[in-house]
Amino acid sequence: MATEPSERELMIRARRGDREAFGALVTTHMHRAYRHALGLVGSHDDALDVSQEAFARVFRHHRSLDPERPFYGLVYQVLRRLGFNWIRDRRSRRQKLESSGGWLVERQRPPDPSREAEVADLRARLEVAIARLPEREREIFVLKEFEGLKYREIAALLGVPNGTVMSRLFSARRSLAKQLEGIL
Amino acid sequence: MTERAQLLLMRALDGELAGDERKEFERLLQTDTAFNVEWERLKRLKGLTDSVTFRTPPDEIWEGYMDSVYRRVERGVAWILLSIGAIVLVSTGLWEAGKALFIEDDVAWYIKGSILAVFVGGAILLVSVAREKLFMHRRDPYKDVTR
Repeated sequence: MATEPSERELMIRARRGDREAFGALVTTHMHRAYRHALGLVGSHDDALDVSQEAFARVFRHHRSLDPERPFYGLVYQVLRRLGFNWIRDRRSRRQKLESSGGWLVERQRPPDPSREAEVADLRARLEVAIARLPEREREIFVLKEFEGLKYREIAALLGVPNGTVMSRLFSARRSLAKQLEGIL
Repeated sequence: MTERAQLLLMRALDGELAGDERKEFERLLQTDTAFNVEWERLKRLKGLTDSVTFRTPPDEIWEGYMDSVYRRVERGVAWILLSIGAIVLVSTGLWEAGKALFIEDDVAWYIKGSILAVFVGGAILLVSVAREKLFMHRRDPYKDVTR
């Protein structure tokens, strides 16, 4: 029985320009890349754009793929740079980010239907507050809160020390708590 | 608030406190009012963020995802070829037009001078913009984020 090729094997083939192997790598990581982009840019269409462009750029440079390093680490470096550029590119985009909304959803419907509007309002305010965070704080906050990564996993993905992860996270949470002071 | 206290708050909130840290955290909770207030505030925020998650896109999105990545790769190549061809053609055309104009005796000197001024001005603007972009790149705080 044939076994699934490992990520390393796929990367070796992708480095030679094998589209099928690269496609398998994309299929494995596209959901995660989309979610990470969504956390940065805050809208479905832009998250698709940013995540697909990140994979396309990696493929354009497929000869420099290093099979000894995790594939997603490389994709994420490209993705975050595209995401940051997207945010900084136009001031209006930040406003768009704040007003886009709808990228978060309640895990469970409130047991009391009369509270649905209130819960939706809370969620919308949280989205706006997250959109107002500085990019690097928002990035870490999203990876921690919505992706559930551990500090060391975030540190490895971003190439920063654990302490930096925690201090940016504290800063993000404190800023959010301040912005949401009246409703928390 | 000290860095140590911030670190303890984060670890406690995310369930990553080690044995000794838990004792230190609990001691701070009992003795430091500001620490206690911050803890309660961050716990309420955590409750709110735990109640939401990413909105999942429809499944059809993933079916065409890979095709879209390849289309982007192809378009990138197409843009590079198009740009190189256009730059060569436009430069050659301008060079030939300039040469023809300046050897033509019927054109008044001030027309020749004005055309020359337009080209020199354009070139200065181009160099200025390129220099500014380069300067911005050097000061870019994200330039360390490389592929």
